[in-house]
Amino acid sequence: MAAPASTLAKASRSASRRATEDPAWVRFSLIGIALTFASVFLLLPLANVLVQAFSKGIRPVFEALSHPDTQSAIRLTLAAAAISVPVNLVFGLAASWAIAKFDFRGKSFLITLIDLPFSISPVVSGLMFVLLFGSKGLYGSFLEQHDIKIIFALPGIVLATVFVTFPFVARELIPIMQAAGVEQEQAALTLGANGWQTFWHVTLPSVKWGLLYGVILCNARAMGEFGAVSIVSGHITGVTDTIPLRVEKLYNEYNGQAAFAVASLLALLAIATLGLKTFLEWKIERDQASALKADPDPAPKP
Amino acid sequence: MRLKTETRSVLPGFSLSMGITILCLSVIVLLPIAGLLLKTSELSWSQFWQLAFTDRAMAAYRLTFGASLAAALANAFFGALLAWVLVRYHFPGRRIIDALVDFPFALPTAVAGLTLSHMFADQGWLGRYLSPMGIKGAYTPLGIAIALTFVGLPFAVRTLQPILETLDADVEEAAASLGANRFQTFWSVILPSLVPTIVTGFALAFARAIGEYGSIVFISGNMPFKTEIAPFLIVTRLEEYDYLGATAIASVLLAFSLVLLAAINWIEAWASRFHN
Repeated sequence: MAAPASTLAKASRSASRRATEDPAWVRFSLIGIALTFASVFLLLPLANVLVQAFSKGIRPVFEALSHPDTQSAIRLTLAAAAISVPVNLVFGLAASWAIAKFDFRGKSFLITLIDLPFSISPVVSGLMFVLLFGSKGLYGSFLEQHDIKIIFALPGIVLATVFVTFPFVARELIPIMQAAGVEQEQAALTLGANGWQTFWHVTLPSVKWGLLYGVILCNARAMGEFGAVSIVSGHITGVTDTIPLRVEKLYNEYNGQAAFAVASLLALLAIATLGLKTFLEWKIERDQASALKADPDPAPKP
Repeated sequence: MRLKTETRSVLPGFSLSMGITILCLSVIVLLPIAGLLLKTSELSWSQFWQLAFTDRAMAAYRLTFGASLAAALANAFFGALLAWVLVRYHFPGRRIIDALVDFPFALPTAVAGLTLSHMFADQGWLGRYLSPMGIKGAYTPLGIAIALTFVGLPFAVRTLQPILETLDADVEEAAASLGANRFQTFWSVILPSLVPTIVTGFALAFARAIGEYGSIVFISGNMPFKTEIAPFLIVTRLEEYDYLGATAIASVLLAFSLVLLAAINWIEAWASRFHN
C-alpha cells in the first residue's frame, strides 16, 4: 500500500518541480559557468597568494616576516587598528542609538552623510587630510609651530583609516536596533534602571553579535587599507609603512617572494574575517528566529 | 518627516549620542571635504579647467570610466548568474562558494592586485595559457577591468541574493500552469522583477570601481595615456608637489562620486518601491 502512495507523491512532486525548476542541462551549464567564474575570481587568487608565499618552503616566509621593517609594519598596522576601530565603535554606538531609538528631522540625510566615505575614492580621502594637515595645508604652519606631526606619522594614518572605515559599525547596528524597537528599554526604565544601566544590560546584549560583525569588518578594512593610508604615510621604510604598504614596497623592489610572504599574512586575516563573519551571520539569524518564536507578533518596524 | 512622539522621547541619551555623532561626523568627514572644496575654490574657473582636463587627465578619466563600466557590466551578468546558482541550486561546495563571495571585500586591495597581476602575467597560472592566445591580462586596460571586476563582485551578488530568496514560487507556478515554458517564465516573469535589483548591484559595483586604487597599482603598469587611472594621476601630481593639480582632479572625481551616490539612492528607492 505504501509503495503506490509514495510513487504518487513523487510524481506530483516532480510535476511541480518541472514547473518551477530549470531543466537539468540548464542547471548544469549555469552551475558550470558560475563555478568557473568563482574559481577564476575567488579561489585562484586566494590559492595563488598562499602557493607563491610558500613556494620555497616555510623558511623564506619566516625570514620575510621577521625582517625588522616588516616587524615595524606589523606593529604600525596593529597600532592604527587599535586606535581607529574603538573610535568607530564609539561613534557607531552613539550614531545608531540616536538614529534607531529617536525620531528627528533630517534623519535620512544624516544616514547619507555617514555613508559618504564609502563613495569617496580612498585616494581622494587621503588627499583631503594632506590638504588639511600637510606642511602646505590649511593647518600646516600652525602644526609646524607647535611641533605636531600628523601627516607622514601615526595620527594621519589613524585619521585616514577612521575616515575609510567610518560607516562600518553604524551601518550594521542601525537596522538591528531599529528592528529591536524601544519596548525593552522602556520596560527597564520603568523598573527603575537608569540610562546607562539600560544601555549596558538591555540594549548592548541584544545587539552584541551585530556589533561584533561590524567591528570585524571594520578591523579587516582598517588593517588592509591601502589608498588613503598610502597618501598620508609618506612611505618611510621601517617607520610609516603599514603591512599593505610593505607589500607594495617589496613588490617594487622586485622581491616578489617576500611580497607574497607578507601578503599571505593579510590573506589569512581575510580568511579569518570570512570565517567569523559566516559564524556571526548564523548567530544573528538564529537569534532573530528565536526572538520571532518568543514574540510571534513583533511590533512593526519604526 | 515624522514628529517626535511621546513614547520615543522617554529614552534618555539623545543629546549625548547625537552630540558624539555630529562631532565625529564633522571632524572626520565634513571638515576634510570642506578642506578639499576650499582648496579647489582657490582656483579660478580657467585654472581649474586647465588642471583638471589636461589631455593626460582626460585619458585617465576615460580609462577609469570605461574599465569601471566594463567591470560593472561583467559583475551585473556574472553576479546575477552566481546569485541565481547559489540560491536556486544545490551542489557540492555551494556553502564554500557562498562564503567566498565576500572574499574580495575582506581581502586588502593591495593583495588582490598582487595576486591577480601575478596570475595574469606571462608566467602566471592563467597568463601562461592566455598570453599565447594574445589575451594580455597584466599591465593592460583588460587587467584593470579584471581587478575592478574582482573588487565589485560582492556588491553585485549580495544585493541580488536576498531578493532571489524571497521571490514567490507561486508566480512561477502560475506562469507555468498558464502554459509558459521555463524560458518564457524566466524571461517575462522572473527577470523583469529582478531588473531593479540588478541595476542597483551594477551601480554599487560601478561606484566602487571608479575610486579603486590599491589593486590597480599592481596590475595596470600605470603608463600615462595608456593604463593610468584617475586616482593614480592624483598620486603622481602629489608626488610632484603639485597640490593644486591633484586637488583639481580629486574634485572632479569627488563630484562624480557624489552624483553617483545620488543616482544610487534614487535607484534603491525605485527598486524598493518596485518590490512593495
